[in-house]
Amino acid sequence: MQTRTVEFAVGLFVLAGLLALAMLALKVGNMPMFGSGQYYSVTASFGNVGSLKEKAPVMLAGVRIGQVGHIGLNQQTFEAVVRLDISKKYDNLPVDTSASILTQGLLGEQFVSLDPGGSQRYLKNGDKIRVTQSAIMLDKIISQLLYSKAGH
Amino acid sequence: MDQGRGIVGHVRRLGRQTLDGVARLGRAMLFLLRLTPGLPVLFTRFSLVIQQIYVSGVLTLIIVLVSGAFVGMILALQGYNTLVRYDAQSSLGLLVALSLVRELGPVLTALLFAGRAGSAMTAEIGLMKATEQLAGMEMMAVDPLKRVVMPRFLAGWVSVPLLAAIFSAVGILAAYVVAVSDLGLDGGVFWSQMQSGVSVTNDIMGGVVKSVVFGLVISWIAVFEGYDARPTSEGVSLATTRTVVSSSLAVLGLDFIMTAFMLRGL
Repeated sequence: MQTRTVEFAVGLFVLAGLLALAMLALKVGNMPMFGSGQYYSVTASFGNVGSLKEKAPVMLAGVRIGQVGHIGLNQQTFEAVVRLDISKKYDNLPVDTSASILTQGLLGEQFVSLDPGGSQRYLKNGDKIRVTQSAIMLDKIISQLLYSKAGH
Repeated sequence: MDQGRGIVGHVRRLGRQTLDGVARLGRAMLFLLRLTPGLPVLFTRFSLVIQQIYVSGVLTLIIVLVSGAFVGMILALQGYNTLVRYDAQSSLGLLVALSLVRELGPVLTALLFAGRAGSAMTAEIGLMKATEQLAGMEMMAVDPLKRVVMPRFLAGWVSVPLLAAIFSAVGILAAYVVAVSDLGLDGGVFWSQMQSGVSVTNDIMGGVVKSVVFGLVISWIAVFEGYDARPTSEGVSLATTRTVVSSSLAVLGLDFIMTAFMLRGL
């Protein structure tokens, strides 16, 4: 009887511990998708990615549809090559979709925003997004503004 | 032992203490090695381990739950107070979750465990030695390392990571309650900011690795100090104190080293 209660209490304790771990993994962290099965990847070249980071969200109309997989440099064109991992659910993005790097709020983190085009053909794994707009560098704009003001 | 007076005596004592310290470390290491053959106790006498998990894990649960909830609520209040200056209070969930999962959960749980269960482990084993129960077992051809020490060691090792996970989870929930009901933050933003910033592989697994190491070190120190205690009431009390002091220091020192490794991405 005594040992039975002890065993039960220990069982509950272990269960609670595992549940807490599961909660941490699923609710607190973002469990990475296993393998590339859920994603297809397209690339986009930008003149400047600003402070875009890997794992930054990829949004379409404000809805998160994927994340930035990798940021590299094309050594021929000296452009930043960004790999976008987009959820398989959204497999009907037109090929003439354009990508731009925007900022959430004034000082918030940067993300990639997609604007769908009108083509009937869809982006596939490995495709390249042709029309892109680089990150807006706030300090550049300010310095240009000051420069143009000084010119007057 | 009298090492004499004057400067020479001081130098001698210093040398003696250093040598003693190194010897203790060596004894502790050898003790751990002597313990390993007892590992099959996990399969042969599993009920002993269960019993000890109850003593060191389940009975520590209350203090861990209460402290976790309070730490979470304090973090929410303090974090909000600072973040609101930069209009960044939407990141409160992220701040609380990262602090708890990476640092406070594993470390505070380890310190609480050392005080609540580690000291008890040492006192029990030390007293068994002082009352010659361990010697009695040896007389009956029962290996006290396998029968007494190993179950406690394993139970402590298993309990700490579980307790740390519970600590972090309770802390985050408590912070959520404070943030939403008291500070008036949006609950959805609280969770979504958290999820976008906490990585399972780095942050959460890093915290689990830490607490596994802490569990090992505390349990090791606790059983060693108990087994190595001078078999007098004074010796047992000294050993108990030493368990709490050395395991707290070991936890904080190791935490620094592991954090340095983890943040450099090794």
